Amino acid sequence: MKTPKRARAGQYVALLAYLVFLAFPFLWLISTAFKPPRELASLHPTWIPRNPTLANFRQAFDEQPLLHAALNSLLAALGAALIAVLIATPMAYVMARRRTLLARAATGWVVVSQAFPFVLVIIPLFLVLKHLRLINSVPGLIMVYVVWALPFALWMLVGYVRAVPVELEEAAAVDGAGRARTLVSVTAPLLAPGIVATALFAFITAWNEFFFALVLLKTPQKQTLPVVLTHFIGAEGVADLGPLAAAAFLATLPSLVVFAVIQRRITGGMLTGAVKS
Amino acid sequence: MTLATVTKRSVKSPPRPAGRGRTPTGQGAWFLVLPALLPILVLSVGPLLYGIALAFTDSQSGRTAPTQWIGTLNFQDLVQDTLFWDSFRIGLLWAVGVTVPQFLLALGLALLLNQDLKLRWAARALAIIPWAMPEVVVGIMWRLVYNPDAGILNETIRDLGLGDGRDWLSGLSTALPAVIVVGVWAGMPQTTVALLAGLQNTPRELHEAASMDGAGAWRRFLSVTWPALRPVALAITALNLIWNFNSFALVYVLTNGGPGGRTRLPMLFAYEEAFRYGQFGYAAAMGCVLVAVISVLLAVFLVGRLKGGEDA
Repeated sequence: MKTPKRARAGQYVALLAYLVFLAFPFLWLISTAFKPPRELASLHPTWIPRNPTLANFRQAFDEQPLLHAALNSLLAALGAALIAVLIATPMAYVMARRRTLLARAATGWVVVSQAFPFVLVIIPLFLVLKHLRLINSVPGLIMVYVVWALPFALWMLVGYVRAVPVELEEAAAVDGAGRARTLVSVTAPLLAPGIVATALFAFITAWNEFFFALVLLKTPQKQTLPVVLTHFIGAEGVADLGPLAAAAFLATLPSLVVFAVIQRRITGGMLTGAVKS
Repeated sequence: MTLATVTKRSVKSPPRPAGRGRTPTGQGAWFLVLPALLPILVLSVGPLLYGIALAFTDSQSGRTAPTQWIGTLNFQDLVQDTLFWDSFRIGLLWAVGVTVPQFLLALGLALLLNQDLKLRWAARALAIIPWAMPEVVVGIMWRLVYNPDAGILNETIRDLGLGDGRDWLSGLSTALPAVIVVGVWAGMPQTTVALLAGLQNTPRELHEAASMDGAGAWRRFLSVTWPALRPVALAITALNLIWNFNSFALVYVLTNGGPGGRTRLPMLFAYEEAFRYGQFGYAAAMGCVLVAVISVLLAVFLVGRLKGGEDA
């Protein structure tokens, strides 16, 4: 279909406007992170720092236990991602291969679980974890994150399993491979990329999560990165904007990198429920 | 996240697997399902029931006296709690205020990306930013944009000679619109992707046939694109409404419910009630009311999907 020139020009203008809208806050964050205090305090802030500096990053690390927080975040996200994938993969396999009531119920639950006010669940969780002495501990947080990541992990994995032709498994069975043997040597290798993508997604979800971490982690030594970031806020002097921006920028980098890697897979998975290689 | 569930059925589903014949799902299936099912029951369904039960008690934090059943007393108090209904109203305003403009913007972007434009890769790359960022960082970032002295927004206003700008997040009348803008920005990529998926399902032949018949762009949109997009649009809108009604982190970081409670979303209110004032029972009752409201929204969404014909 031919689009007339004027319409095409209009489309490009609109697209550029969208690009600016999407990008400008992030560019401003980066700009603020590299500005010296004097420039931050000036009444005419500029887009490009005139004397870019790393001082804000140093100050951010001095003011808050960022490294420690990053480590907590890493532990929580890794733990949650690994456990979630480990327990979700077998269930997803069953759901994909047998379209039973269970599979339907699970799908419905995926929708519903996303829609709940977490506050109703967080109070009992808080009480239960307190009883188990798991408040203010990363393992306790991991437990919560696993359950929280499961619905979507299941959903993604079901799509990946369906993409593995059932005929391959049947052929292996005909060749005399046992059930376990078939799973390990036929199904698992084909599923591996999907499992990795799902794990990465669960990782990012946990790395970014704030509400549960805020409620369940009480002391700065145990807190994850998003919670520690909020400690920069409050005493809202202009002098603190630099370190705040620097810390926020660093906390985002892993999310952006991982997401860039799996973005195609996620959108692909979302759109088709299957892997497009 | 729930995008997935939205767009799932609108796409051709993969062929159904041939019989269950000799695939490794026999009697051992339960053994495969249990590792995931148990934690779900223990840490998701269990707490939910416990939470509903708590709503009928006077449970508080740090009290030595045993917790008592008090029937519907919490709910009776809640009905008369004007602060709660204020926050409820703000929650609805926020949910609609974010969802509707976001849908329109995302629809525009999806239509653009459905054309063969040269900069599509850039939009794809930039869309990652709002999507992948921790909500806390999104909040911090926009605080920097809105900062009255060092923020780029007021600086732009000053440069354009439109006065001095203002303290957007602290103004009684500007705080809610200011956080709504952030909400729109943060959720745009997901909505765009969902709509784009819906668009790519419309058969090209229909479009071509329509333009052969001399239909203009607007006419084509109304009679070809929109009918095909409707189920996805409805689903994503319902989910976004629910999602936004449940927001917490973004507004917690931006305004923490201020100024004067003008941006105190229901979740912020319940959080304060439970973890600042230790009123577990009362906060659980709030949670129940919010769940009830959301269930109604969900029901509407499901009925809508069923009416969407085969897309149900």
